[in-house]
Amino acid sequence: MTEQAPIVIVGTGLSGYSLAREMRKLDKEQPIVMVTADDGVSYSKPMLSTGFTKGKDADGLAQASTDAMAEQLNIELRTFATVTGIDTEAKALLLGEERLEYSKLVLAWGADVIRLSIDGDGFEHVFSINDLMDYRAFRKALAGGKRVAIMGAGLIGCEFANDLRNGGYEVDVIAPSDVVMPGLLPEPAAAAVQHELENLGARFHLETVVERIDRAEQGVSLTLANGEVVHADLVISAVGLRPRTELAHAAGIETGRGITVNRALETSAQDVYALGDCAEVDGHVLLYVLPLMACARALAKTLAGERTEVKYGTMPVMIKTPCCPTAVCPPAPEADGEWRVEAEGSDVKALFRSPEGEVLGFAVTGRFALEKQALSKEVPPIHQ
Amino acid sequence: MKKWQCVVCGLIYDEAEGWPEDGIEPGTKWEDVPEDWVCPDCGVGKEDFEMIEIG
Repeated sequence: MTEQAPIVIVGTGLSGYSLAREMRKLDKEQPIVMVTADDGVSYSKPMLSTGFTKGKDADGLAQASTDAMAEQLNIELRTFATVTGIDTEAKALLLGEERLEYSKLVLAWGADVIRLSIDGDGFEHVFSINDLMDYRAFRKALAGGKRVAIMGAGLIGCEFANDLRNGGYEVDVIAPSDVVMPGLLPEPAAAAVQHELENLGARFHLETVVERIDRAEQGVSLTLANGEVVHADLVISAVGLRPRTELAHAAGIETGRGITVNRALETSAQDVYALGDCAEVDGHVLLYVLPLMACARALAKTLAGERTEVKYGTMPVMIKTPCCPTAVCPPAPEADGEWRVEAEGSDVKALFRSPEGEVLGFAVTGRFALEKQALSKEVPPIHQ
Repeated sequence: MKKWQCVVCGLIYDEAEGWPEDGIEPGTKWEDVPEDWVCPDCGVGKEDFEMIEIG
């Protein structure tokens, strides 16, 4: 009998490490190799937008070193290793010249940030923050600066706006939408968050886009389509994420908006699985923590020999804008119903009710945010 | 009395302090915290995520 090849996990973000942790609860000995393009330091991505509020720099946000993770989880860790292909026939992961054989392969390599192509010579001052190494570079570049412009008013843009204000920075947010977090929050809740961020001192430039970013004597100047000019020491680009699918697609694995997997996290290729921000699970692309943790638990069981389908419960999203605590549980896109809103200043309680009166989604801000747990129990789970 | 830490966001639940905002009295042991309690910071559930015993 030949020695069984290891289970290989690509990616050491929250998905990869959570999966390894869950696997170790079930089997302490199964050989696991983890491959990452970065340094393998363990961190929690949602926390990258809380550094200033919590008084933590990149080192402070790191949870465990690469060595500590390798020891704690009893895994072989391959850092700074770039995957160049997958041979699903021969069951080998290609790392340049090297072939790494697997018995089972898990893709947990996350999502790429969308990068806008903008005119001007100031691109060196534009940062996307998608992992801890990006965050480290951003904090280093910010040293000595006072003004940050943020492109994008989605969840990440708003969280960074709040965090940077808490850190004492001047903040300008520029986005094409007429509200913050369009598509995620119903309008009254979005207005409340924006209002409180403005009270905190953030400036919003909505319904316009950045046309040019040019180097200035100090930092950069951003020329907006509406004619305004915004001065900043650096720019954060937070215009969205796109699940990484290219390598899977090139290997003949089915992809859609993400790498297509069923509820057992199985891709179209034998013994290849995917979870986290790169995966489209049973038609859902949910780039949040709760779905990812549910997937990690189910997949760990499957990999231990007991094929298990993930069951998504209700998936509320906590938005980390401490100036206006907010939680949202968006109704399913096809859900029939309408928003009913109760509002008092920036305290908003919006319930999405079906014609029969059932609560199918909610958004709560301010003091109503405390009701998120109770409301979550009313909303039917994604998987019944 | 022990402390438990959310691996997702680092929030610490201290049994000695409980979590009065959610009606959990000081001195409530982790096993007595309601199963439907969720991390106040990141929303991950008690059973859904790891709490690390830190002493």
